[in-house]
Amino acid sequence: MTADDTSGRQETAAPAIELKGISKAFGPVQANKDISIRVMPGTIHGIIGENGAGKSTLMSILYGFYKADKGEIFISGQKTEIPDSQAAIAAGIGMVFQHFKLVENFTVLENIILGAEDGGLLKPSLSKARKTLLELEHEYGLNVDPDAVIEDLGVGMQQRVEILKALYRQADILILDEPTGVLTPAEADQLFRILDRLRAEGKTIILITHKLREIMEATDTVSVMRRGEMTATVKTADTSPAELAELMVGRKVLLRVDKTPATPGDVILDIKGLRVVDDAGVERVKGIDLQVRAGEIVGIAGVAGNGQSELLEVLGGYADGTGEIRVSGQPLDLAGKRADGRSRRARGIAHVPEDRQREGLIMDFSAWENTAFGYHRDPSYQSGVLLNNAAIRSDTEAKMQRFDVRPPNPALAAKNFSGGNQQKIVLAREIERNPDLLLIGQPTRGVDIGAIEFIHQQIVALRDKGKAILLVSVELEEILALADRVAVMFDGHIMGERQSAETDEKELGLLMAGVGS
Amino acid sequence: MDFLTLIQLLDSTVRLATPLLLACLAGLFSERAGIFDIGLEGKMLAAAFFSAAIAALTGSVWLGLLAGIAASMGFSLLHGLASITFRGNQLISGVAINFLAAGLTVLIAQDWFSQGGRTPSLMGGARFEPITLPFAENLGTVPFLGPIYAELISGHSILVYIAFLTVPLTWWILFRTRFGLRLRAVGENPAAVDTAGVSVVGLRYAAVMICGMLCGIAGAYLSTALQAGFVKDMSAGRGFIALAALIFAKWRPWHALYATLLFGLFGALETRPDVIQAIFGIKVQGALLGALPYVMTVIILAGFVGKAVPPRAGGEPYVKER
Repeated sequence: MTADDTSGRQETAAPAIELKGISKAFGPVQANKDISIRVMPGTIHGIIGENGAGKSTLMSILYGFYKADKGEIFISGQKTEIPDSQAAIAAGIGMVFQHFKLVENFTVLENIILGAEDGGLLKPSLSKARKTLLELEHEYGLNVDPDAVIEDLGVGMQQRVEILKALYRQADILILDEPTGVLTPAEADQLFRILDRLRAEGKTIILITHKLREIMEATDTVSVMRRGEMTATVKTADTSPAELAELMVGRKVLLRVDKTPATPGDVILDIKGLRVVDDAGVERVKGIDLQVRAGEIVGIAGVAGNGQSELLEVLGGYADGTGEIRVSGQPLDLAGKRADGRSRRARGIAHVPEDRQREGLIMDFSAWENTAFGYHRDPSYQSGVLLNNAAIRSDTEAKMQRFDVRPPNPALAAKNFSGGNQQKIVLAREIERNPDLLLIGQPTRGVDIGAIEFIHQQIVALRDKGKAILLVSVELEEILALADRVAVMFDGHIMGERQSAETDEKELGLLMAGVGS
Repeated sequence: MDFLTLIQLLDSTVRLATPLLLACLAGLFSERAGIFDIGLEGKMLAAAFFSAAIAALTGSVWLGLLAGIAASMGFSLLHGLASITFRGNQLISGVAINFLAAGLTVLIAQDWFSQGGRTPSLMGGARFEPITLPFAENLGTVPFLGPIYAELISGHSILVYIAFLTVPLTWWILFRTRFGLRLRAVGENPAAVDTAGVSVVGLRYAAVMICGMLCGIAGAYLSTALQAGFVKDMSAGRGFIALAALIFAKWRPWHALYATLLFGLFGALETRPDVIQAIFGIKVQGALLGALPYVMTVIILAGFVGKAVPPRAGGEPYVKER
């Protein structure tokens, strides 16, 4: 299957980008194997694949970060060598990275001219950029205050600056790497409108993502990568999410969470009038009431930064709050010495934090060391005054087997696992302790689709064992699929609660924006 | 305290602030580019020795200055190799340079001159002499402004004037030129510079070499202008005070001038305990004044006087990520 376009205009034009037989190996790992792809001008071409499938490597080759071992690159029919970023820019390629490459304390203008100045002095470059920026604003509807300092802008705006940076360098081909990972649904919609506009103006866009929905909504053509190989290139209109998922993973994937209706039991978590003030003295949680019962999953929806993180932190025992929280009927300390992770675990509360790389794992430590954290006082891990490392290792190995962590090697450092496998290590540590209440934040952020399916199954399985689960996620789709009941947080308040079977994205989206009740 | 004493005090403030200022601006270039440099001290010391030694051997202070700059830049290159090319730890490299300079200068001085690790005293053309600015002698009699011009502004060596002119020049380079924009960017987020198609390594080497040049002038000033010859450990912690001043100034050129003048004043007061006694009526230990720059830096770092945010990529070797 190749993208032989049938529309007249595109048939005659040379591909904007054509890669022929690109291969790249890092030591024994073949990151890209004989990849060929044609991207037609004036189209949005999606590249989808799991983490580690080789998407980023391929784009790094195109942007001059890596040199391919074999293969050729053609830009608009011309064979082109891209030894460094400078050459990529000269060839008309602009890249918007997943993690923005902006200087935080510079203004928008300064960031835009950086590396593309016209001469030794800044003034002429700055005034020229100011003029060009106005033109681009008119042409593409990309308005940004040129004198704003980057760190004062929201992520959506920062991403616009990245796009403007590429356009200022007269890029005809724009590569976006996981552009919606940090955006709210509304910001993501805005981005896709901008991309549509850019395509209408004749730009070529390569969209790298692991979200099937974005591919289906935004792209004209999609290429699927799996384990370093390009497995298929199809027209988006001719495919379906299920087919793409199968191509990505190499087996049939269940896109919907398969679960029976919940049978809620006793109230396990009972929050009354909880308030949380952060380090800067700002009140982040402004008096919320919430209950989670045994055998149900309660999802907290909301745009990041509306108090969900602080809620999890207080429940997890590493931030102070005021108000009343009861777990299985007994009050929980919200401040002081007994408000810590150790006491929480003793009460049967397990916590999978939102940011696994900072709060869930120590990246340089091995999987078995990470598995022991928080549970290092477990009698089975002791050997006199010392830790029984052999016992921890074998216990970790067993857990890794059960949670399908790949590779199942307890001695490997956490940073050497993929995002999905890191999350499985944290989940295994927490779920295998059979907690009464599981707190779980962003369970599948940066996790590939095959692992998402597995993680969701584990959460539902825990629910079916009669445990209470509080789920915080900024992915509305995930909340709707997984939670039995949804509470929406906005500005520290709970705007409303819904049974997930009786609501939809539109209603929740309004609540997330603070509209209605 | 009479007016003349004040002028004298300020005059020695300027002389003592000069090496601090040059070293501080040197550190500013390096650290703004993301390379921490605690080797300012060692580079100054090496420059002080080689300036004095070459000036003593050739009789030309200008050749001495060049030799000092070359020595200092040599150490900068070493620091660059260790911390930029080989991505080593910048603090360790700086410490190593300090030790290396402390040992090498005395060793070579003993080998060359056999005077117990000193250079011979410099005289005549082997020293930077004070420059008398035009009309200084005629205007000296004008009340108030006269002594300020004749005593305070006039009568310093050329290096003092160079140091003070370096302040606006540094500001201009950093904030008005392409090079300055890129230099500041590479200290904040080298990945942004790299993806913009500009060489991170090249920029950082340039910054480190400018740092070496300015440290070289600072060192030469110590042994050929402030003093007449090299003695063991003559930099006497000035490199560290300059670092303190850099933090105090929050990595900004004009503030670096104010900070080093303030620290220079402490230095001047240290030598004039009588002045303090006259003003405050108490005896203050000189060592206490010597410690003041460090005390004030700790206060600044603790966040009492605004926040001192170092360049964000400072101290981190740049490794390309996917």
